[in-house]
Amino acid sequence: MTALSLRDVHKSFGATQIIRGVTLDIAPGERHCIIGPNGAGKTTCFNLISGRFPITAGEILLNGERIDTLPPHKINRLGLSRSFQITSIFHRLSVFENLRCALLWSRGYRYSFWSPLWRQKALNEATERLLEELNLSARRGILAGLLSYAEQRALEIGMTIAGGASVILLDEPTAGMSNTETDYAMALIRRMTQGKTLVMVEHDMKVVFDLADTITVLVYGQVIATGAPADVRANRAVQEAYLGALEE
Amino acid sequence: MKSRWLILTVIVVAIALPWCFYDWGHHRHAGFLISMLSQMGMMVILALSYNMLLGQAGLFSLCHATFFGMGGYATIHFLNAAGDGGLPLPMEVMPLLAGLAGLGLAILFGSMATKQRATAFAMITLGISELMATAALMFHHFFGGEGGVTTNRMIDNSVFGLTYASGLQVYYLILAWTVIATGLMYFLTLTPLGRMANATRDNFERAQFIGYDPRMVRFLQFALSGFFAGIGGGLYAITYEIVTFDALAAPLSANALLMAYIGGTSVFGGPILGAILITLLQSGVSLLSNSWLVYVGVMFIAMVIFAPTGLAGIIKAHGPIQQAGRMRGLLVPYLRLVIPALGLLLGFVGLVELMSFLTIGAAQGKKLVLFGSAIDVHAMLPWAISIGSLVVGGLWLRWEASGFHRVWEDLAAEVRR
Repeated sequence: MTALSLRDVHKSFGATQIIRGVTLDIAPGERHCIIGPNGAGKTTCFNLISGRFPITAGEILLNGERIDTLPPHKINRLGLSRSFQITSIFHRLSVFENLRCALLWSRGYRYSFWSPLWRQKALNEATERLLEELNLSARRGILAGLLSYAEQRALEIGMTIAGGASVILLDEPTAGMSNTETDYAMALIRRMTQGKTLVMVEHDMKVVFDLADTITVLVYGQVIATGAPADVRANRAVQEAYLGALEE
Repeated sequence: MKSRWLILTVIVVAIALPWCFYDWGHHRHAGFLISMLSQMGMMVILALSYNMLLGQAGLFSLCHATFFGMGGYATIHFLNAAGDGGLPLPMEVMPLLAGLAGLGLAILFGSMATKQRATAFAMITLGISELMATAALMFHHFFGGEGGVTTNRMIDNSVFGLTYASGLQVYYLILAWTVIATGLMYFLTLTPLGRMANATRDNFERAQFIGYDPRMVRFLQFALSGFFAGIGGGLYAITYEIVTFDALAAPLSANALLMAYIGGTSVFGGPILGAILITLLQSGVSLLSNSWLVYVGVMFIAMVIFAPTGLAGIIKAHGPIQQAGRMRGLLVPYLRLVIPALGLLLGFVGLVELMSFLTIGAAQGKKLVLFGSAIDVHAMLPWAISIGSLVVGGLWLRWEASGFHRVWEDLAAEVRR
């Protein structure tokens, strides 16, 4: 069974077709990168999968279960988590609180207004461990909005994986980072997503070919190629549409 | 630890205050003081429960008095039933019933309003406020129309054997419930729901993608805040033994907003400060001047523009400087602000009062009296002094404020290092 499947997914905004029949199968544990020129519909694809926008036609399945009619929080509870291209954190909460919030649902706290957080030992320890893994322990008490950009990205990756989702979508996690920061972020992503299914939109080709097991090339809302990195690199249609232009 | 002492001090002062003004000659309590303190207690609950929405969940509600009023009306009926022997419950639990009445109504209205957020939410709550105001005038059986509903609080049923004949006993009941409600509301900020309310305030979309339905978070927070507002309304009904349209109408909702905002929405205790200050102005300044609402309004505007973090936010900003032991460095700059600020204030108050006495005062046959001498509001001199004081004070204050700003920035930068 696939971890994530898109079957002939369409999306239109008014008369404009953005996604024009995308079919995609992602196996459990796969590291899948989606590439394509600007405006190809990569982020829209993520928004459809994660339930941010409803799809116009087609089917999306998570671990064999239809999710395309569910709201985002229900999709998340089924084991799919995402990050955003523009950093999305709780900027007026501390770094610690951000991560603790991200752990709450998966640990069964739901909407509890009777369990005091300071007494949840296991929860607080898990939060501390996560802080350490993200190398943010020294910044734990600072408001998330005051972190540096790279730290905010690390925090968001932490929040994305915190809930224990089996399928992780990362939307350009290294956008706007320096080379050193990118290397650090990629090492972090590799470490944190071990054993999980990872789907990533990325512009940095070095990152893509380093990380991916499978690459999908999206152009004008359609998949023009999908396969192992070497095959995609050799694909003529891809070279014409995209890679060639980049490698000049 | 420090905050524990502060809380204890506040409670002790609140208990002791009526006795500090006890008239030993006539063996009488200062009625004015006790009714003002009672009012403060209810307003503290109202402001804090409002801040569960505004400050903690980022929900700008315009119908908060609805739940306060509902608690009040329901309590009148509970007390009447208790007086007739139909409700054998002691006085001490009446505010809890009032809270449940507020909760019930908040569940009903919350299920509509919290489907939306931001502006749409605010507009729905405005509609709810108007709806309830109309209902209060239409359904006489429950709301009693324009005259409201009345009761007698001496139901002769108390856990402690009290009659609640005196204002002091009622004040202590209010104080106890204020402490309980405040404690519970503080506790809520430390639970998963309280924290997720902050989270949905900051970024409702992120909250969705960590598994939470922001609508549910908003709904629960709204319902619980209605519960506490209802408790406040119950205390109101017990104190005044009459509840009218005023207890649920828009001006009281606006008051809740003013108190929470002026006190500071980002600190839990902020609305307490706001409630105390506004009640002081309401009961103190309203005795001295017809125009006290003008002062509250201008203060609110000034806070929104110059100090959006409210009083508590201003105090909190001093924290790092105080910890570094550098408060002394601010003493002179503050003193330099005081003189022009007083000038500005004098000029402004002078103008408002002159204008007020020119119209309303004349109609009431009152005379403006200052330092024991009557002032002719038709003469040129008082107007000239007021305008001069306003303009000079204002310009001078602006000059001093920029100097103060520099000192503050330098000090803050120093402390950070």
